Amino acid sequence: MRLVLERFTHNALALLAVTTILFFMFRLMPGTPLAAFINENLNADQQQAMLEQFGLDRPMWQQYFIYLANLLQGEMGLSFFQRRPVMTILLEVLPNSVILTLTSLIIAYIFGVLAGAWLAWKRGSWIERAAVPAVLATRAAPEFWIGMVLLALLSFNAGWFPSGGASSPGMAYSSNWDRIFSLDYVHHLALPVLTLALYLQGLPLLLMRSNMLEVMHEEFVTMARMKGLSEWRIVIGHAARNALLPVVTAFALGVGLSMGGNVVIETVFSWPGIGRLLVQAVSVHDYPLAQGAFLMIALVLALMNFVADLLYMVLDPRVSHGRKS
Amino acid sequence: MAERAEPAPARTGWPLLPVLRRMAAMPLKDPFAFAGVLIYLLFALVALFAAELAPLDPMEILFTKAGKLAANVPPGAEFPLGTTNLGRDIYAQLIYGTRSALAVGLSAAIIVATVGTIVGLVAGYFGGTTDAVLMRIADMALSLPFLPFVIVLTGFLGASTSNIVLAVALLLWPNSARVIRSQVLTLRERAYVEAARVTGASAWRILFVHIAPNILPLSFVYAAIAIGWAIITEASVSFLGFGDSGSVSWGMMLQDAFASQALSRGQYAWFVPPGICIVLVVVAGFFISRGYEEVFMPRLRGR
Repeated sequence: MRLVLERFTHNALALLAVTTILFFMFRLMPGTPLAAFINENLNADQQQAMLEQFGLDRPMWQQYFIYLANLLQGEMGLSFFQRRPVMTILLEVLPNSVILTLTSLIIAYIFGVLAGAWLAWKRGSWIERAAVPAVLATRAAPEFWIGMVLLALLSFNAGWFPSGGASSPGMAYSSNWDRIFSLDYVHHLALPVLTLALYLQGLPLLLMRSNMLEVMHEEFVTMARMKGLSEWRIVIGHAARNALLPVVTAFALGVGLSMGGNVVIETVFSWPGIGRLLVQAVSVHDYPLAQGAFLMIALVLALMNFVADLLYMVLDPRVSHGRKS
Repeated sequence: MAERAEPAPARTGWPLLPVLRRMAAMPLKDPFAFAGVLIYLLFALVALFAAELAPLDPMEILFTKAGKLAANVPPGAEFPLGTTNLGRDIYAQLIYGTRSALAVGLSAAIIVATVGTIVGLVAGYFGGTTDAVLMRIADMALSLPFLPFVIVLTGFLGASTSNIVLAVALLLWPNSARVIRSQVLTLRERAYVEAARVTGASAWRILFVHIAPNILPLSFVYAAIAIGWAIITEASVSFLGFGDSGSVSWGMMLQDAFASQALSRGQYAWFVPPGICIVLVVVAGFFISRGYEEVFMPRLRGR
């Protein structure tokens, strides 16, 4: 329990540091945060009144604490351009990003784990020798470039998938859930998911492969072999179970990391998610919206880091039952 | 007893030369590393002789003999990869893109490796408060979402190549610093370091003369990985529209192709080659770091 608390404080402090860096970064940016609100027709007094209204006349440290207090209440201000609360806009697009990320990760990890275990089994064969550099190449390719090639081949050339967006024009749904569970949505989701999964499968695959190789040499596997268990039972029941631990942790970390990396995928496929929102907000200098989108991504990252820490503790007996040596 | 058994990283004299010799010989022992070094060399040569390889200016708007704009010309004898929608030679852009890729990659790699190595050395050797403070800063940098941070920084500080390199360096040094620190923790307990301490060598002398050369291969690996990361990041940021508009890079080519509908026209010769170049350079870094692991951490050898 102490360890849990320790990891929690650690991650919470890291998040606090990120929000602090962000606050000062946005304050040091060129132009006042009010640039979009201040009209050229306003005189100096009116501008001053406006600054006071937004609390921008106070010292920086006071502004900082007001900002933190507001954040804790989920208050991130108004978007300069959409003139709507940042939180509302974020919550509108968040489900799209979460669905994209989770679907891709689940597909990538199921494939990666199976293929990785199989390649470990095939250690030394020509197929293993060819597969490892090929997998490394998928990890070396920029995600958006994979997306572009797939888009050209499968969407523009073959016409199997729509070229972008999350739903066809003219479609109307009674609720957001109806929309998400519609066939049209899945059809739009397919290509971004395929791209992301192709990029993401390399990590679990390589991880699983090297873990399997490592575990196969451990004493408990030799022991199982001596007990006369079948090769299949050794691989599935003993080796794979243990080799899977780091992969599960990597999955949790992967959720946090790919939420951030999704910015490019979402842009290629015009997927209305949080990453694309960030890109748009930055390019039109919509500070509150950019800040909100960034914080949301950072929050998911910190949260998933914490989950990964917890999983690691629960799954690895050396950590959960440790301190004996 | 344990002290005798450890593989001595050059007990006498300055260990830098033997380490360098082992590093130079490393690619010959591992085919992956060899391929990686070969790819690096190839791209370095292309960057060096870009002007000879591509006679046309990458940004020049070209016209056909009939005086019409040479837009979207398919690949052929005159233009090996065809031309863009504005009539620019794609092949020339690809060749000149090598220069900016190597500039971005190398400058990021040098900063990341230098900062990571120095922080790792100091944190690992001195320990205590110094270590705690440096590692907390590293944690902080690692908890920033990578690409969003680069976008926000370049989006607001201005779209220039040096800002992209700066952002990449700010986020990548902690990885190398952490690993080098843990390596220093084990090195500092070795007998030859103890011996140097007994003979009265100063802390900085021990650090830079006796310990640093032995972690040089690690710094080198992180530099190789940083080259790839920096190039991918530069490409991604350019693709999102926050790149340096004045420079010809593979990322800018991909952005240009995407924005001018090369995908729907099926101009594969425009957007496939830059991606392949990126994959090759990044994979070369992976291969080199893999080769390093096989040669310098022989635990996995023979499996």
